[in-house]
Amino acid sequence: MFGDLLLQTMAILIILLALMALGALLVDVFSDGFGRLSWAFLTSFPSRRASDAGIYPALIGTIFVIGLTALVAVPVGIASAIYLEEYGTGGRWSRLIEINIANLAGVPSIIYGLLGLGLFVRTLGFGRSVMAGSGTLALLVLPVVILSTREALRTVPFTIREASYALGATKWQTVWHQVLPVAMPGILTGLIFALSRAIGETAPLITIGALTYVPFAPDGVWSPFTVLPIQIFNWLSRPQAAFAQNASAGIIVLLLVLLGMNAVAITLRDRYRRFRG
Amino acid sequence: MAMRLSNRIRRRAETVIECVLFLCAAGSVLITAGIIAVLVMETAAFLRDVSIVEFLTGTNWTPLFSDKHFGVLPLVAGTALVSAIAMAIALPAGLLSAIYLSEYAPSRVRRVLKPTLELLAGVPTVVYGYFALLFVTPLLQQWIPSLSGFNALAPGLVMGLMILPLVSSLSEDALHAVPDGLREAAFALGSTRMQTTLRVVVPAAVSGIAASFILGISRAIGETMIVAVAAGQQPRLTANPLVPVETMTAYIVQVSLGDTPAGTLEYRTIFAVGMLLFIMTFTLNVVSNWLRQRFKGMYS
Repeated sequence: MFGDLLLQTMAILIILLALMALGALLVDVFSDGFGRLSWAFLTSFPSRRASDAGIYPALIGTIFVIGLTALVAVPVGIASAIYLEEYGTGGRWSRLIEINIANLAGVPSIIYGLLGLGLFVRTLGFGRSVMAGSGTLALLVLPVVILSTREALRTVPFTIREASYALGATKWQTVWHQVLPVAMPGILTGLIFALSRAIGETAPLITIGALTYVPFAPDGVWSPFTVLPIQIFNWLSRPQAAFAQNASAGIIVLLLVLLGMNAVAITLRDRYRRFRG
Repeated sequence: MAMRLSNRIRRRAETVIECVLFLCAAGSVLITAGIIAVLVMETAAFLRDVSIVEFLTGTNWTPLFSDKHFGVLPLVAGTALVSAIAMAIALPAGLLSAIYLSEYAPSRVRRVLKPTLELLAGVPTVVYGYFALLFVTPLLQQWIPSLSGFNALAPGLVMGLMILPLVSSLSEDALHAVPDGLREAAFALGSTRMQTTLRVVVPAAVSGIAASFILGISRAIGETMIVAVAAGQQPRLTANPLVPVETMTAYIVQVSLGDTPAGTLEYRTIFAVGMLLFIMTFTLNVVSNWLRQRFKGMYS
């Protein structure tokens, strides 16, 4: 009995300590950076003077890169998941693909950066463009999208599929009209989770050579670019305290974007559930 | 006639759709192939100039200086040191919180705590780097005056915090999968809850727990931004957590930030280091997956 109490107390203490550390992080970031936040900070270009610098190119770059990443990774990821969950179950090929995806999900993100550098930047000649960055991030999040979509498809009761077949529907009609709508809330949540991960990724984009000082916003998919986490990293690696303050303000924006995305995910999921009754 | 035609078209459409879906899924194998191809090609070019023995056993890593040495051990040591500190936090804390969440916590507490803990895993790593450099290091310096501004200790601790939810959540899944019959049998024999947990449930879930530990180690080795921001850029063969070190991942970042032209030996070093990193994490992931499969088979 005493042991039980001790074990529980220690566990609760550890969990509280971890959450307090998260709290300290947030308090630290907000107290350092809140004063720097302003409309000008969002709409200014980087500058050698910390007080003039802003995150405009990084913000636009993030939107470009993540938008394009989603455009590639979402359809391909969902299609792969549908194949693995609904079509190719049990075959030797699907077994191989499954093991492969599980392993890909554990490859460190910086290795994807090296792949992007070798494949997109050099071999395909994309240069250090939005295209190369999005391609790299799309490969990076693809396993996450596939795994979470499969999870969502697996929750759809088998009876729905059987009822659809019994009415004479083909396999694809069943998937498209019955399975996907039911699985959609789960799929959406997984997608937003995957894209939030992509937004925070820094290392692979540094590796493919995303710029750290960009005095212009990207104007197309072949344009050089920077993203928010890289701008934060750049400010962090300077010794002056004023730049560290800029980094804090950048982190606040990054965290708010992530928070916003998660709020959208939850709202979408809830509305979808209510809509389906 | 028209009916039969539309049926044939429909059947053909079904086949085309299945093919497209299969190609998407099979594309993921190409990603792996691409990773291996890029790493092998550049590493092979690197090993034409540097002997593999020097690379793997040398204790001096100075490819960016004029007096060049290509011994990767200092980078491996930096990675091992930071990862060990992270694991010293994440493994016991993760297991303990998993035990609590799975065996003790009322389901209401569990439903609140679990997603809250998972928030820790959603914070971008560059933000953790900021935290290690500008909060944890200054805090630790109040107790350890000899701690350098860049060191292995602070990023290691913060990395442990980052990996904790991963270990906790996977270990909890493993504990959860242990059939209740085992618990009930232990209770029936007069065990307390702690005896049941520590002597029956945890041993029964041990391969699942081990899988979560190994995956945690793999994550620590591959983690980049925390160490790139807060651990420094000085490759050094040391077990001292108070001085600046450089990990394999931080080295790749350092070179990528610089202006190293493609095709040079310096440029190829990042692929050679990447290859080593890939082999290490890949091996760990395979072992972890194998353990998890074995564990799944045990109780289903």
